[in-house]
Amino acid sequence: MNDAKPRNSAWGYGLSGPALALFLALLVLPLGLTLVLSFNQFDYTTGIQAGQYTLAHYLSLVTDSYYYEIFLRTFWISALVTLLCVLIGVPEALVLSRMGAPWRSIFLILVLTPLLISVVVRAFGWSLLLGADGLVNQAITALGGKPVKLLYTPFAVIIGLVHVMLPFMIIPVWTSLQKLDPAAEQAALSLGASQWTVFRRIVLPQIMPGVLSGTLIVFGLAASSFAIPGLLGGRRLKMVATMIYDQYLAELNWPMGATIAIVLLLINLLVMLSWNRLVERRYKRALGA
Amino acid sequence: MTFLLIDQLCKRYGDLEAVASSSLAIDKGEFVSLLGPSGCGKTTTLQMIAGFVEVTSGRIVLDGRDITHAKPASRGLGVVFQSYALFPHMTVRDNVAFGLQMRKVAKAEIARRVDHTLALVRLDKHAERYPRELSGGQRQRVALARALVIEPPMLLLDEPLSNLDAHLREEMQFEICRIQNEVGITTLMVTHDQAEALSISDRVVVMEAGRITQIDNPYQLYEHPSTPFISDFVGKANRLRGVQGANGMPQVAAQGPLTLSLRPEKIGLGPAGSGKLDGRINCRYFLGSQWLYRVDTSLGNLAVVSINDGSAALEEGSAVSLTWNDELLRVLDAGEVAA
Repeated sequence: MNDAKPRNSAWGYGLSGPALALFLALLVLPLGLTLVLSFNQFDYTTGIQAGQYTLAHYLSLVTDSYYYEIFLRTFWISALVTLLCVLIGVPEALVLSRMGAPWRSIFLILVLTPLLISVVVRAFGWSLLLGADGLVNQAITALGGKPVKLLYTPFAVIIGLVHVMLPFMIIPVWTSLQKLDPAAEQAALSLGASQWTVFRRIVLPQIMPGVLSGTLIVFGLAASSFAIPGLLGGRRLKMVATMIYDQYLAELNWPMGATIAIVLLLINLLVMLSWNRLVERRYKRALGA
Repeated sequence: MTFLLIDQLCKRYGDLEAVASSSLAIDKGEFVSLLGPSGCGKTTTLQMIAGFVEVTSGRIVLDGRDITHAKPASRGLGVVFQSYALFPHMTVRDNVAFGLQMRKVAKAEIARRVDHTLALVRLDKHAERYPRELSGGQRQRVALARALVIEPPMLLLDEPLSNLDAHLREEMQFEICRIQNEVGITTLMVTHDQAEALSISDRVVVMEAGRITQIDNPYQLYEHPSTPFISDFVGKANRLRGVQGANGMPQVAAQGPLTLSLRPEKIGLGPAGSGKLDGRINCRYFLGSQWLYRVDTSLGNLAVVSINDGSAALEEGSAVSLTWNDELLRVLDAGEVAA
């Protein structure tokens, strides 16, 4: 038995080898290179100075209010998108889980269909609706109102992001709803609780792990999203990912782009970890490890 | 004094009649079991009383008040579910306190009553634990405490013991019995286990295919089953053919219009030629306190149970004779029905 154990673990490493290699080659390596790049000196006339390192990019990121504003905007938009996804997704998952046999699967597939369509196609769909001469504005003018600027505003970006992110909220919440014992709700009702109290005190605490993973996925994806802010926010309403793109491809300042990318990654990690800690600490003992 | 009255209660799901026009009156303080195989409508009946299932027709009257269409919350009944249905994210104390919090009872009073009830179910040492940290039997007690603490007019138990292992089940049977006696609460228990129903109920209600077919005390139910189904479902029974004897008493015969039932433990075993019917032991099973013999006779294979009183058991293949008192034969069907 004793000599079987190391062989088993070697076998395990062997099996996970391909995945590890892929992970190292496609994630860790580029990330390392990006990190190195972010410290490289850059000159607008001669480009990247190989072998010369500086903290200048990080310093300008901290001191320049231009970057500040974009980071702030990215995080409030992501937080709002996450909140909206919770407010829409949790009730939607609840309704889904209470549906009868044929409808439940039909609506679950409907919820998932947006994932089958390219983000770019969906973003263009929204810009057709929200554009200066789009369907919404046509309706407003037809009703005698003045056209409103919708596209290239935070509003358009938020709508587009919520639309894209909803499935990522609904699926984990739906999964945790499946684990609930319907008799527990009946028990609470028989003990004199109202429907609302049952939801607040019995259902909601039990689906918190699902809501937590939903919020983590949605916030992470929204804060680093590129296509939606790029297409619905336009050139003026920049978010961090579109700013990185500009640094790389318009300014050709790769080290600056790398710096912003690294900082975005760190802040994202920090926000998600502390949120996870906060919620988990509250529910960990009650919900089991 | 009728406490709970179920009058012509009926539940239909489309064309399926889950409960058909069932009536039942339960007295105050009584322990009644609703016994039947799965799918007989017993759980549906309980859920209609609890208010989780809409009544198609009929009436439910609790202590003079018509609750047929009342909301579950307003009925105030104590319900114990088969799955226990504890709130997994709350401690035992919070689980039990929930019903009192819903009734806006003062904090100090809640603490006092929760402590009292937990002591009643002997869980006072586990108040701060979470349900998943408890064993099956302990969870069962929490569910019971949670239902009892609100001092409901009536306790409804839905298959309360079916998730427990055999030893614990017996222990909890007597525990439920003790608590019910101590509190004196009117109780309706749904079960598919006849031993459970017989051992702790004052009266047993048997349901078959959505209908109540017999309401009797456990002894009467066992000794005088009113349908062939009940004679098989409650305990074991041998089916025999018979004729009406001269003295009005039924008698066993090879052919006859009557369907008779004879309990295995009512049959005595003796040496070959000494009794009413000769046979040969086909096989035997040791049940601990009893021996179960399958005996081949001219009337078919019969089950015979005898007490394990320490004497040597009969060998398989040995010739025996069966004897019984004709008074213990039960007529299940007087007509020409195939056994």
